[in-house]
This record gives sequence, C-alpha cells and structure tokens, in this order.
Amino acid sequence: MLTPWLSWICALLLIAGLYGGLIYAPPDYQQGESFRIIYVHVPSAWMSMFVYVLMATAGGVGLIWHIKIAEVFAKSCAPLGASFTFLALATGSLWGKPMWGTWWVWDARLTSELILLFLYLGYMALQSAFDDRRVAARASAVLALVGLINIPIIHYSVEWWSTLHQGATVTKLDAPSIHIDMLIPLLIMALAFKLYFFTIVLIRSRTEILEYECNSKWVSDLLNETEVSK
Amino acid sequence: MWRDIILAFRHRAELFNPLIFFTMVIVLFPFAFGSDIGLLNRVMPGTIWITALLATNLSLEGIFRSDFDDGSIEQIILSGYPLTLLVIAKITAHWCLTGLPLIIIAMFTAFLLSFPEHVLQTLFFTLLLGTPVLSLIGAVAVALTIGLRSGGMLLSLIILPLYMPILIFAMLAVENKMAGMSVDAELYFLSGMLVLAMTLAPLATASSLRIRMS
Amino acid sequence: MVVQEFFHMGGYAFYVWTSYALTAVVLIFNVVQPLIRKRKSKRDLIMRLRRNLR
Repeated sequence: MLTPWLSWICALLLIAGLYGGLIYAPPDYQQGESFRIIYVHVPSAWMSMFVYVLMATAGGVGLIWHIKIAEVFAKSCAPLGASFTFLALATGSLWGKPMWGTWWVWDARLTSELILLFLYLGYMALQSAFDDRRVAARASAVLALVGLINIPIIHYSVEWWSTLHQGATVTKLDAPSIHIDMLIPLLIMALAFKLYFFTIVLIRSRTEILEYECNSKWVSDLLNETEVSK
Repeated sequence: MWRDIILAFRHRAELFNPLIFFTMVIVLFPFAFGSDIGLLNRVMPGTIWITALLATNLSLEGIFRSDFDDGSIEQIILSGYPLTLLVIAKITAHWCLTGLPLIIIAMFTAFLLSFPEHVLQTLFFTLLLGTPVLSLIGAVAVALTIGLRSGGMLLSLIILPLYMPILIFAMLAVENKMAGMSVDAELYFLSGMLVLAMTLAPLATASSLRIRMS
Repeated sequence: MVVQEFFHMGGYAFYVWTSYALTAVVLIFNVVQPLIRKRKSKRDLIMRLRRNLR
C-alpha cells in the first residue's frame, strides 16, 4: 500500500543525501573531512528524540482513548528509537576521537543521549516482561510518559552539570553557523531518516497487528486469500 | 498509613535490612579508596547519595508487595476507594521507613567521619528534598513491575535513568557548597522536582496499578 | 586520484567510514529484522489456519 512508495522516496533521498554529504559539500575549514560524520550523526540524534516523543505520545493516546493502533505504533517505535540513539552515540564517539582526542567526553549532549538510550532500553525491557500485550502496551506507555516528563529535566541537569565540570567548553558539535552547501544535504538526510523510520514502523506495526489479531476473522480471511492467490 | 508503619515494625528485620545495607556499603568505600580523610571527604557525599539510591531501589519492592500478594489492592480498586489516596499513604509510609532513617544514618556516619559541618548541612537538605522524590518515582516503577518475573532487575533498569537528575542536582549543590558558592538554585530545583513528583507520581502510580489489575 | 582522495577523507578515513558503515549496518538490520519477523509470523498463522481447517 503505502510502504513501497515511502521506501522508494526514502531510498532516493538517502542516495541524494549521501551524495550531497560525501561529495558535494565542501570540507569544513576547521575540521576538514571529518565533519562529514555530521550527516549520519545529527539525523540520528534528531530522530532519537523525535521518536521518543512520538512513542510517548502514541502511548498516551493509547492509554487514554484505548486505541489499539496507537499502542502498536508506540511499541514499534521503541527498537527504532533505541537504534537511532545508539547510532547517535556511536557516531558521536567516532567523531569525538579525532576532534577531542578521546572516544568519550562527558559532554552534556552525549550524556543525555546516553540516558535516553537507558530509557529506551528500560521501556523495551518492560514491554517484553508482560505476557499480555494489552497490559504491556499500557504499562510501558505510563513509563514512556514519565520518561517524557523527565527528559527536559535530565537534559537541563546534565547541561548544568557539564558546564560546571568542564568550565563551559564550547562543543565543536554545534557549529554556530553552517554553510548552506553543508546544510542542504543535512536536511535531506534528516528527511530520509524520518521516512525510513516511518517505513519501518509501518512494517513493524503491521506484523504486530497480524500477530495480535491472529484469532480474528479478517486475518484468517486475508491469509486465505493470499494462500489462494499463491 | 499507620497500619503500614505498624506492620513494618512487626517485620523488624525487613525494616532494618535496607538501613544495614546502607551503612555497610558506606563502610565499604574507605576500604576501596583507602583511609585518606581528604579523599574520603571528597567522595563521601557521592557515596552517600549513590548508596541511598541503591538502598531505596532495594526496599521499593516492599511498598506494594504484601498488598499485591494477598489481593487487597484488587479489593480496594473494586470497592471504589480512591486509589490515589492509598498510594499517597503507601509512599509516605515507605519514605518514613526508609528515607527518614536513611537521612539520620547518613548524617551520623558523615559526622563520625569528620565531614565538614557546613557541607553536612547542604547534604542534609539535598537528602531531605531528594529521598521523597526517589520514593515517589520509585512507586510508579514498582507499580509497573510488581509481580513480574525478574521484577527486581527490571525495576532497577527502568528506575535508575529517572533518578539521574536528582543525583546530579544533589551533587551539584554539595560541590558548590564545598567551593563556597551559593546552593540556592540547586535546592530550588530539587524542591521543584519534589513538587512535580508529588503531584504526578501518585496519579501515575494509581493508574499503573489499575492497568496491572485489569 | 580523485577516488583515492575520496576514500582517504583527508586522513579521517577510519572515523568517517566506520561511522557510515555502522549506520548502514544498523539501518539494514532494522529493515531486515521486521521483514523476517513478518514472514515468520505470517507462516505461523497460515500453518495454524491449515491445522484448524482440517
């Protein structure tokens, strides 16, 4: 239905973004070629937060109005969000090595990203601890919402903490102004990541619904059809 | 709530276990770092706070355990008695039984280890503001995980990230005090978190319990 | 020698290419894993239906 379209657009955008990021964009005058990591790092970081908010919102919607699709959607978000968070951390660390000289700096963003990863892992652990899908979805939705309230607090506290400890080092990650030739591929990549996320979430949710509704009539009808057509 | 406290006094061993744990872990640290007073004073507040986190974490399961096991939570939900009230009472009892004694012991040990007094005061305030938040947030997580297989590990997994900001602010306050700076901002922030947790956590706990019972 | 220069990445080849490779691996895994699961659960369901029909 929608997934082939989404995936094709996503693939196109990915190629365009990769081309733009790796070839078209000029090297940074300060960081040389190493800044090209930005094109995978920043979209992942953006997505990691975006997905969490989306997941918690979907969870909340499912909690309040008992909408099954929202619950399924929230559940499908979690592994993807965790992957994005992991990517943001790993690429950030790979970027940090040549730039800061170490793999890991207790920088505010990296640290809050790490805590975000913990939140995702906790969510997934809770999600898989229940046998009843319905209870699992609603219980983890509560956790996601609590986490959502906590995220700004965590971010703020970590920022405060790291400025105190490092004497306000200007992180090289936030380039104050970015050249337009560098920005366009970045935005394309961000868009590609977003579409990628929605494509996968659709696939995941559909599987989830299929497993969830395995006893209902329409699933058996659908499967009978596909079997006949084979 | 009084019933909880009285009950807890009947199970004296359970009541004292977290406290003994707390004291023992604090005693472990000098063994690990050596008995240099200067160094110990530097790591002392952090030690006390981390140990407080762990002790709370370990004792949390007890909040709803007995009521969950004998089904009285289910009864209360069915009877229409406001669950939030019950939850507030439970959390208060938990804090009185672990948080409060913990603060006293922490003060006592810190005092014995010749911790500078003006910093001790700040440490006291951070603990006073922080430990109720630990109990409050913990209650939500306990309500979600109680009665599950490997619930204890899962509980720590979901709870520790949520505890991090409290730890950070408490430590900031203590460090600022050590450096001779004002600690108002951190203490205000901790109070803010306490108020936020007090308003939201009982509701969240009650709804999680309902979800678990449905 | 443009291609070589491209792969060299101004001396940062290791970091740049590792991060891109890592991203690729994770993204591909996230595509493949749900697809495998989808196929598996569909097959399970069909098996079950067949069993029920009999």
